[in-house]
Amino acid sequence: MTTVAKHTLVALVEDKPGVLNRVSSLLRRRNFNIESIAVGHTEQPDLSRMTIVVEGDDAKVEQVRKQLDKVIEVVKIVDITDDDPVARELALIKVKATASTRSEIIQIVDIFRANIVDVAADTLIVEVTGDEDKVNSLLDLLRGFGIREIARTGRIALPRGGAGPLVVEEARALKQPLKPPRAEAESPPDW
Amino acid sequence: MKKTGAQILCESLVAEGVEVIFGFPGGSVLPLYDTLPQYPQLRHILVRHEQGAAHAADAYARVTGKAGVCLATSGPGATNLVTGIANACLDSSPVVAITGQVARPFIGKDAFQEIDITGITLPITKHNHLVLDAKEIARVVKESFYIAQAGRPGPVLMDIPRDVFQQEVEYVPAGKVDLPGYRPTLFGHPSQIKRAAQLISSAERPVIVAGRGVVISRAFAELKELAEKAQIPVITTLLGIGCFPETHVLSFGWLGMHGMAYANKAVHESDLIVAIGMRFDDRATGVVSAFAPKARIVHMDIDPAEIGKNVRVDVPIVGDVKNILQALNTQIVPREHVDWFNQLDQWRHEHPALDIRECDELLPQYVIRQIYHATGGDATIVTGVGQNQMWAAQFYFYDKPHRLVSSGGLGTMGFELPGAIGAKVGRPDAIVWCIAGDGGFQMTVQELATMVQENLAIKIAIINNGYLGMVRQWQELFYKRCYVHTQLYNPDFVKIAEAYGVPGLRVKHKADVIPAIERAMEYNGPFLIDFVVEPEENVFPIVPPGATLVQSIEMPRPEAINPTKGKRGG
Repeated sequence: MTTVAKHTLVALVEDKPGVLNRVSSLLRRRNFNIESIAVGHTEQPDLSRMTIVVEGDDAKVEQVRKQLDKVIEVVKIVDITDDDPVARELALIKVKATASTRSEIIQIVDIFRANIVDVAADTLIVEVTGDEDKVNSLLDLLRGFGIREIARTGRIALPRGGAGPLVVEEARALKQPLKPPRAEAESPPDW
Repeated sequence: MKKTGAQILCESLVAEGVEVIFGFPGGSVLPLYDTLPQYPQLRHILVRHEQGAAHAADAYARVTGKAGVCLATSGPGATNLVTGIANACLDSSPVVAITGQVARPFIGKDAFQEIDITGITLPITKHNHLVLDAKEIARVVKESFYIAQAGRPGPVLMDIPRDVFQQEVEYVPAGKVDLPGYRPTLFGHPSQIKRAAQLISSAERPVIVAGRGVVISRAFAELKELAEKAQIPVITTLLGIGCFPETHVLSFGWLGMHGMAYANKAVHESDLIVAIGMRFDDRATGVVSAFAPKARIVHMDIDPAEIGKNVRVDVPIVGDVKNILQALNTQIVPREHVDWFNQLDQWRHEHPALDIRECDELLPQYVIRQIYHATGGDATIVTGVGQNQMWAAQFYFYDKPHRLVSSGGLGTMGFELPGAIGAKVGRPDAIVWCIAGDGGFQMTVQELATMVQENLAIKIAIINNGYLGMVRQWQELFYKRCYVHTQLYNPDFVKIAEAYGVPGLRVKHKADVIPAIERAMEYNGPFLIDFVVEPEENVFPIVPPGATLVQSIEMPRPEAINPTKGKRGG
């Protein structure tokens, strides 16, 4: 039996309208639950990178990956979970702060190497970057002060070392043969 | 040279070798219809409902192997295509659907007859496009036909706004298809092929399960070579029927819910399944956790996502099955499986599935068998869905591919008549019989007009039992014979046919079957026969829902038949 775990899938997709919809719609209709999905540009203007976190056993996640690979605009998709990737997310946390609690909050923020990015009379906005555990720990500590709003990006990830599984040049080099594989046979030989 | 979007679309369709379009006009596609007379090489067939256009294009694609094209206007025209597109998607049929859309300035405004058809068809197409500039049309058409036909075929939809049809731009024919995200694997991995060959050489009780992938890939000769060389019985899926001659000594029928009990038993008891271009659909496997418990599985398919989706696979081989089999056959050592074949023959003897019960009543199985005899086994049989479909698959013997055209994955009642139209247009020389149920026939009955308008000599056999027969059968077997909303009040089908200009006959007695079929065959044009058959005849065998393949209910012995049967209404 394989165990259920969170997997990080990274997809290079063509930067065309509706691609995010195709990906999320496919996950929904195949009954796969998305933990998070983050999309951004790459160094290649016509390609975007999606980082998709899904939960499931290996077989189920492999099925997700293969189904997503069938989306025409998905140029390449890999499961980088076992590559020990560097994974980060960013969170903006608006926390209640009075004159008496402000310095305590700032101390906690410092310990987490997070930043205060906005100060108002009764709130602070904290910006924190890290893996989910770090963000969650900071949230736990700040909860006591009263959290007003949270915005989290979801995970983005890169495999460590030089040879990532998704080298952009490689993805671009994939070109199609012109002819459909069966077009040459006009009518079935056994007709 | 400058051309309108509509002209560029037509030019591009001609360049793709399109000969036939099944369509229905409307506001958003009027500029295209206005252009069609300039392209007489594009034959347009006017259907009576857009669903018929999609089914006809689907069946056309199935019998010719070329992409079928259907065309509809925006809004309701487009939504009416949906069932047909879904049907093509589930059965991997290359259909290119073209829909009109409201003019660009109206998109997103809930304009008259505006609907987001690319959104609606997202889950039921292989790919779709909303074309927002006439300059894109040539490229999009080329890509659409490529995607529809390459790899695992499937439907592709192009949605084109009315003003894009009218937009005048410089016409540049499409160049090469450049789809970095779509590269189907065509050749199997050599080491996996080697492993498959080793398993085949060492197997004692192997079976081949061949599916529609063999038909799509035209791997008939390769399949035959493998089966004969390694002496492996060939069992097909419903959609694989005809990929291997059913009268061949190595043919052991087809598997699944209504497959032959001996075929199901062979699969269940086998020690190796060589699955070729099939996808272990739940109707084929029975309860999947108990599927073929003793077998190792070699699974060849062009779609990597099918491998390991439903059943565990020991040797996956991704690629075009024709290429895979060519490579595999060079490594196959001739073998014999005398004991295994003796066992199989015994099972076939013990579980006769295709005998027709001796009785005076008019049995549907008898009708199908007589059509088989009258057509010399060489007709193209287009079925509806339900009992008529299963009897047509069981009691006609298919020795050649593309002879059985049937809605498998989606199970679409109403496919039969427009499907027969598509098949006859695709293969004008073929004898086409439409095997319809009295329920499904009424879902697309209006296509009789299309048939007459195009003078398509299709022969229609309605298997009329006065019920939604398959549902009634389930109610009988699994719902305590409580026939809720399955009994049909039917019109006079012969008069309906007559009203459309189709001659017809009603047959109520066994003795009249053969003369009626002969008369239909002799008549130069479309003909309808309303076979009023035994109302409560069941399709056997049947693997009950939740059961394994070897737990099928077979045809009861005559003494076991419920004496109250035969009275309508239960």
